[in-house]
Amino acid sequence: MTTMDLDRAWDLHPQVSVRPEPFGALLYHFGTRKLSFLKDRRLLTAVQSLADTPTARAACLASGITEAELPRYGRALAALVQSSMLVGRTS
Amino acid sequence: MTTAPEAPVARHGTSRLVDLFEYGLAAPICLTWELTYACNLSCDHCLSSSGRRDPRELSTAEAKAVIDELEAMQVFYVNIGGGEPTVRPDFFELIDYATGHHVGVKFSTNGIRITPAVARRLARNDYVDVQISLDGATAEVNDAVRGAGSYATAIRAMENLADAGMRNFKLSVVCTRHNIPQMDEFKALADRYGAQLRLTRLRPAGRGADVWDELHPLPAQQRQLYDWLVAHGDTVLTGDSFFHLSAYGQALPGLNLCGAGRVVCLIDPVGDVYACPFAIHEDFLAGNVRTPGGFAEVWRDSELFQRLRAPQNGGACASCAFYDTCKGGCMAAKFFTGLPLDGPDPECVRGHGEELLARRPQDGTRLPKPSVDHSHRTSPARRSRPVDLTLVRRREDLDRPPVSACAEGPLTGFRLTGTGDQK
Repeated sequence: MTTMDLDRAWDLHPQVSVRPEPFGALLYHFGTRKLSFLKDRRLLTAVQSLADTPTARAACLASGITEAELPRYGRALAALVQSSMLVGRTS
Repeated sequence: MTTAPEAPVARHGTSRLVDLFEYGLAAPICLTWELTYACNLSCDHCLSSSGRRDPRELSTAEAKAVIDELEAMQVFYVNIGGGEPTVRPDFFELIDYATGHHVGVKFSTNGIRITPAVARRLARNDYVDVQISLDGATAEVNDAVRGAGSYATAIRAMENLADAGMRNFKLSVVCTRHNIPQMDEFKALADRYGAQLRLTRLRPAGRGADVWDELHPLPAQQRQLYDWLVAHGDTVLTGDSFFHLSAYGQALPGLNLCGAGRVVCLIDPVGDVYACPFAIHEDFLAGNVRTPGGFAEVWRDSELFQRLRAPQNGGACASCAFYDTCKGGCMAAKFFTGLPLDGPDPECVRGHGEELLARRPQDGTRLPKPSVDHSHRTSPARRSRPVDLTLVRRREDLDRPPVSACAEGPLTGFRLTGTGDQK
């Protein structure tokens, strides 16, 4: 299972579009032409706040995800990194 | 009218994604948009019975207004087709407009306009993908269905795209009885031009309904195709069209769901919105983008789409062990072959469809006829089915025509009696 560094800054890839849906959200990457989905509204909030939060951990906690749930949500974020939906942010 | 679908949000948490999709999305994931019915070819199996341009075709301004709506709804990309979309004089203006407004474009073409210059232009735009249609890995097999010279046209287009540096464009094949033995050759052809192979199912829609009996894969070929897809599943696209084959065993990659009206739909050249690209028939017409609420309202509120998003029961298939993955197959395939929509697919791999097909009237008179036909008139019409006529005897108790409510003539109701020479 892939992992990611929850303690660094992340952002959506600039070619990714996010569309909220009743069950969560759909993500589409215009570069890879791959579709992905978020099955949870809190995960959507976390993903949308990555750009303005210093770390992925902070984005998750601010979105109502508990410490106990972090490993599971961390794996979901790692899958998004794997498919280039999320990229590391340096500024 | 069925009851309104259960709010999808109430079901989330326990359901698989595919179950959530069954209740429909806020907007299509992608939609097919046939830009024109005009085409330089007359393929035997054309889904949209294309050939001649429809004079009511959406204007450039109307097409741009549709793109504005798609952008607002965050429709990620459109599959543009036709007819042959590139024969529209404003084709490039429209795809540039779409990609400039965050609507990605994948378009299908027979390659007729893909010159070296056009190929270079396409290769520069990251938001455009091209799909070259080819239905035989040899000219002999392809041209028999798509017309003389069409193989050479498609190959030249692929050469031009490859030379322009376009990577991963699609080589799109409709699987027929004649080309299923050529799968490895198609794959080699795609590899030669740096393209990705895309295989789709032959649907009995449009003119395809006329040739389906002769062209659809034989049962043994279905198995052959399934095995090939399982072996090559990661490298080959299928547009999710073979989910009925999942009853052979494992589910194939993809959603395995009929997306009609739920995650996909079709906009035709005159702005009519149908449930899916394979169902151009008034029974599956949801509305028109020219109505005041536009496409968004049709997608959201049309009675047809609401109905398609309501829970479906498996009907005759409910007791089948494979219903969960096959879902009864393709709605359009059932409709145009005259089978009940809540029963098995005509190509059900368990053989249930064949039994029903065998029981249909053999003269084809009971099959639904497409409501829209733009076929070229230069070749003889292929449809030569008997026309339904009902002859009735005049009722014995009527000795004169019935009087209609609005008949106000001075002789209304006057009955000529006695002379007998009028009868």
